[in-house]
Amino acid sequence: MLFDDTIAAISTPIGVGGIGIIRISGSDTISIVDKVFRAANKKSLLNIPSHTITYGHIVNAAGNVLDEVLVMLMRAPKTFTREDVIEINCHGGPVPLNAVLMEVIKAGARLADQGDFTKRAFLNGRIDLAQVEAIMDIIESKTELSLAQAVEQLEGKLSRQIKAYQDILLQIIARIEVSIDYPEYDMDEPITSDFQQELSDLLENLNLLLETADTGKMIREGVKTAIIGRPNVGKSSLLNALLEENKAIVTDIPGTTRDVVEAYLNIEGVPFLLLDTAGIRETEDIVEKIGVERSKTSIEEADLVLFLIDTHAGITDQDIELLDQVRGKKVFYILNKADLGSVIPQEIIESYLSNGEIISLSAKQHEGLPLLKQVMKNFIAEGKGKVSGGVTLSNRRQKESLINAITSLEKVIEAITIGLPEDCLAIDLHDSYGHLGMIVGEALKDEIISELFSRFCLGK
Amino acid sequence: MTYIADQVDVAVIGGGHAGCEAALAAARMGKKTALFTMSLDSIAMMPCNPNVGGTSKGHLVREIDALGGEMGKNIDRTYIQSRMLNTAKGPAVHSLRAQADKLKYTSTMKRILEKTENLSIKQQEIVNILVEDNKVTGVVTNRGAVYGCKAAILAGGTYIRSRCLTGDSIEYTGPNGLKSSNELSEALKKLGIELRRFKTGTPARVDARTVDFDQMEPQHGDEIIVPFSFEHTEEDIKREQFPCYLTYTNEKTHQIIRDNLHRSPLYAGVIEGTGPRYCPSIEDKVVRFADKERHQIFLEPEGENTTEMYVQGMSSSLPEEVQLAMLRSIKGLENVDVMRTGYAIEYDCIDPLQLKHSLEFKIIEGFFSAGQMNGSSGYEEAAAQGLVAGINAALKVSGKEPIIIDRSEGYIGVLIDDLVTKGTKEPYRMMTSRAEYRLLLRQDNADLRLTEKGYAAGLISEERYQKFIEKRQSIDAELNRLKNVYVGTSEKVQQILEVKNSTLLRSGIALSELLKRPELEYEDFEEVDETRPDLSNDIIHQVMIELKYEGYISRQLKQVEQFKKLERKLLPEDIDYDDVYSLRLEAKQKLKQIKPISIGQASRISGVSPADISVLLVYLEQRRRTKKEEE
Repeated sequence: MLFDDTIAAISTPIGVGGIGIIRISGSDTISIVDKVFRAANKKSLLNIPSHTITYGHIVNAAGNVLDEVLVMLMRAPKTFTREDVIEINCHGGPVPLNAVLMEVIKAGARLADQGDFTKRAFLNGRIDLAQVEAIMDIIESKTELSLAQAVEQLEGKLSRQIKAYQDILLQIIARIEVSIDYPEYDMDEPITSDFQQELSDLLENLNLLLETADTGKMIREGVKTAIIGRPNVGKSSLLNALLEENKAIVTDIPGTTRDVVEAYLNIEGVPFLLLDTAGIRETEDIVEKIGVERSKTSIEEADLVLFLIDTHAGITDQDIELLDQVRGKKVFYILNKADLGSVIPQEIIESYLSNGEIISLSAKQHEGLPLLKQVMKNFIAEGKGKVSGGVTLSNRRQKESLINAITSLEKVIEAITIGLPEDCLAIDLHDSYGHLGMIVGEALKDEIISELFSRFCLGK
Repeated sequence: MTYIADQVDVAVIGGGHAGCEAALAAARMGKKTALFTMSLDSIAMMPCNPNVGGTSKGHLVREIDALGGEMGKNIDRTYIQSRMLNTAKGPAVHSLRAQADKLKYTSTMKRILEKTENLSIKQQEIVNILVEDNKVTGVVTNRGAVYGCKAAILAGGTYIRSRCLTGDSIEYTGPNGLKSSNELSEALKKLGIELRRFKTGTPARVDARTVDFDQMEPQHGDEIIVPFSFEHTEEDIKREQFPCYLTYTNEKTHQIIRDNLHRSPLYAGVIEGTGPRYCPSIEDKVVRFADKERHQIFLEPEGENTTEMYVQGMSSSLPEEVQLAMLRSIKGLENVDVMRTGYAIEYDCIDPLQLKHSLEFKIIEGFFSAGQMNGSSGYEEAAAQGLVAGINAALKVSGKEPIIIDRSEGYIGVLIDDLVTKGTKEPYRMMTSRAEYRLLLRQDNADLRLTEKGYAAGLISEERYQKFIEKRQSIDAELNRLKNVYVGTSEKVQQILEVKNSTLLRSGIALSELLKRPELEYEDFEEVDETRPDLSNDIIHQVMIELKYEGYISRQLKQVEQFKKLERKLLPEDIDYDDVYSLRLEAKQKLKQIKPISIGQASRISGVSPADISVLLVYLEQRRRTKKEEE
């Protein structure tokens, strides 16, 4: 628990606006950002004067550019929090913004709690007394809700899984601690048996779990599904057919800048957020053009694309233009109006639609819908959406903790390779255990001592 | 009837390991001190295991020595075997342990007390503590003698309302049949001090003449002896050593125990006290680890001039004849004669949450408590607390601020902070895993960590202090020098690397960098390092640890920085936690009970969450500003 470590958060509303800002505050701010930022002028941030803006790129460990950014550097004390502060202006959009934030966290920052920046501003004498009550409220609501909520939010399965991983670590830690604190039992207990393999297996499992993190988010917020197709292809019919069948509620999400209709659909427990451009009038050319633009945005954000084709009309140039846009996406091709008979030759289907599932149906006649839903559900349930065994991480904080646990574990394995002694290994093992504990809401040192005495027979 | 016997500065109740350190520290700091013990023959007695040190306990003893305490010196004078444990496991957990000649340890310590100025030693039982206006003013003996005092230290060990149990036999005595102190408990309760009941135990002592050592595996002492005291050299203390012996229990032993479990006072429910998990009796081990085919047993000599041997691993409160039968079922002990029977002992102790970090009671000024009385176990834990209580009692008398060792400075700090912040539900044993900055709290650098504090207290001589300053400077100078010594790719260098199976150099490098490789030692580069000064082994040792573990050490140092920041955020004594808006109920209760001195301490209290700490921080700032406005 620290009060002047370095914190980071996205400080602009998600999904809105052309740019997004990540704010970082704390004593290590500049060195942390320096690790992930490559200035165009090749200068290190450490040598850049205060209150300046530097252009460059955020680069991950593998050397890949994540975003083109402006870094605004403000040294203490003339900042909001009176600590060193950096604001990274990114290119908006949740994906790059999250990627940059995660990179900053990997470099050593901690994800800020609600009210953290304001709290620091206050504790460092920056804001006045009148604002205190509000901060107290924020903290208070956290006090009462956060712990219980964090644990409740977890799927039981995830919690069990994390605890199982923790248990593996705990047993290794206990073995080390026993061998350190009770060396007279070294010959009696096979304490320092080779645990390198166990750690490598664990690391692999944690990495697998990390891969599910994004899917977890998909599940919590709904799998974003864009219904795409040229005008009059039957998008509205499909949306209505899907929703009618499931008696789902259609809501216009207020406050969004798009006019896309979003609707929730629940297929056997898997939530889908349907993004549809059907609400747009398509009779006039100019609006039609907007429709295409909107489709593009929907495609970009979507986890899954339902691409509608009018079987009866065949594949048009407009279809081909749209097909270009869904390249690289998970696509299901819906051959609509199947009841009217298909005019598309098999070889055309094979050449254009080979990269996704193909489903023939009639939205209007409600034919073939159960099959579509089955395929949609399986997309998640069968792990095509990267969900392994149904265990998923669902929020950013859990992801942060998992990344930290993995980093610590990697350090342990590296230390073993170098041949460092147990007391060094123990440091990162404890850290890794603690980070996993953050996911399930517990991290107790006393557990280790209890473990010593429950598992090993020690003492005079 | 009472009479006024004397007026002293510091009265120490108890002459065990805590009492001795406390009395010595207070007297050496120039305070008129009186030590009261139930028996002059049991000063610094070791009623259980015949050794000092071991993992983390060895660290404690080294720290006691760095602060100017006596335990390290006394074991150096009286050891009969010395070993550095964990040498294969990294520097932080290397641990010194020595077998003691028990009788010699006791008599030597008594002699030290007798030679100490300002210290009088009395065989007297203290039955009451006098308190006026919440301040201690004196202690009263069972014969009515009143000793006025400005500070008193409670160090009653396991003698307070104690009883010893073996089978269905119960003796109302302290350890070894010594008189127990039965009146003090009531007096403490009247002062508002909360007591509790703990339990521990000890194994039988057997006659070496009846042991077949050929059936056992001998364990010898080290060839190179590392003294506990930083003031001793190996030559000062080198002497003949005696081995310990290893043997094992077997299925027959376990069967005897199982057949007689109903006769154990523990399993029959006679014992009320809470025992330590790390010190289970053999019956406990057999029950809880039923699938274990054998348990190891060490035979340890109790002294040079005695045939008594301690049977480590066989602590038991089973009836005497059962103890004999199970001992005789063990290889090498078939014909063994028992000299002292094992027993369990129950005693009164205080809840340490009632103490400040100085070990002074929160509710009684000038009244301190140390040792097993505080719910700890072990000679070393007791001595460490005794030393701290003695120093702080003396400082109290002088009207000075107490000396506190924090968790980042020593195991003593971890021990005391754990006791006064978290409390303990069982006799507390020091373990290295309790220290969060383990890599910094090594036994080899205890002097570097704590000599300053001992010097400030006045327990370190000017001469020793100057030597310490020189040592510290030499370490820094050598580290600096190594950073500036460049090693090129000369044939000589590559040859050294080749011999050591180390990767050859492709370009020049600072020697400090090269020495970070685990396979390379300081001595390896003697030939090529031309400016190398002549340094003692312990300085080279420090330098090498600093280099080899630099990454981990600097990480822990950074954590310590954070830790210190929170420790420095003090909580005012007059804070009314009921008044702090939005603290949770559980946190309020705990904070009111423990009255932490800092945000750091508050954060370690179980039941106080990070959110509560945030609330406290905001409250503090709010309070500070309101005060400023009022001014």
